[in-house]
Amino acid sequence: MTHQPYVRPMPASWWMRQGRYMRYMIREVTCLFIGLHAFVLLIGTYRLSQGREAFEAFLTALWSPAGQLMSTAILVMAVIHSVTWFNLTPKAMPVWIGDKQVPDWVIVAAHYGGWAVVSIVVLILAGRLS
Amino acid sequence: MSERKITLEVLRYRPEIESEPVFQSYRVPCQEEWVVLDALNYIKDNLDRTLSYRWSCHMAVCGSCSVVINDNPMLSCKAFLRDLPDHIRVEPLHNFPIERDLMVELDDFMAKLKSVKPYLIPKQPVAEEDGTYRQSSMQLKKYKPFAMCINCMACYAVCPQYGLNEGFVGPAAMALAHRYNTDSRDQGRRAREDVVASNDGIWECTFVGACSDVCPKNVDPAAAIQQTKIASTVDYFTDLLMPGKKANR
Repeated sequence: MTHQPYVRPMPASWWMRQGRYMRYMIREVTCLFIGLHAFVLLIGTYRLSQGREAFEAFLTALWSPAGQLMSTAILVMAVIHSVTWFNLTPKAMPVWIGDKQVPDWVIVAAHYGGWAVVSIVVLILAGRLS
Repeated sequence: MSERKITLEVLRYRPEIESEPVFQSYRVPCQEEWVVLDALNYIKDNLDRTLSYRWSCHMAVCGSCSVVINDNPMLSCKAFLRDLPDHIRVEPLHNFPIERDLMVELDDFMAKLKSVKPYLIPKQPVAEEDGTYRQSSMQLKKYKPFAMCINCMACYAVCPQYGLNEGFVGPAAMALAHRYNTDSRDQGRRAREDVVASNDGIWECTFVGACSDVCPKNVDPAAAIQQTKIASTVDYFTDLLMPGKKANR
């Protein structure tokens, strides 16, 4: 009997073959937007170090139509990023209390709770909540 | 009720005939309680004796009949025809070299299973006269879900990381390593570390999670790998900050 194993090549479009791969790729792409946001914050800090005028020019640029479009895209992607990763946390961090495993939804909910608390604290510090 | 007839499109590869795999269609009269494996057996018994595929137990225990059915790896003995459309495409597992028709080469998988030392490595073996190893039901509960693997390799067939990098140790082998690492009777984490915590081990996994979706035994290899990543990171910093602690694991 002929022994000649056939290796099927994996096409570059493998991630378009199934919905689960597409969802994975979207989750991974959101990292680029998180990186972009960190970069924008760095630029903002640098412009702040250059003085009031430079920082105000930076803020004006952020409020321009292109700046708003970018911020909206970052916000949407950051939400997808957070939600997808929060939903995966029970797999990475199972919690046991005695001989009972804490249900997945409790771990996910704790993350959403933490997110809400941090958001409220940031809004208070920014003077947007009194 | 009229008999249902399905079309089974099966990927054929006979190295002495085809230079690359081709699909071949078969019309199969099927019964309500049949699974895909029954349809393959019907073809073998009545239509085409040359069709090659693996199977043994026909009850989702042995793990040898896994194939890709309509783009999803599953056990052909567990895939009921009543849950599938009239046109079914059956292929060998993705990401493995095809040996013949629906049979793939197992060598790479077997070597990887062996590489994670899937057996108890106790710190001090219990002498026969001391009796058996003791374990509470609570300790058993911690690792039992990861001990249910039947080596069907469905997780490898759906893992793009394994498809892209053949060196990746892969989901089932690492779930098995995690099963032993979390067993209270085992102290072999250090011995498995070279393979498990390597670049081709846990760190090659990007948490696609498809392995856990397709596992017919609900093993959740993705969870095992992420938990190992955390344990391995803790080990790394423990070694770095408290070198004296190394000997304790």
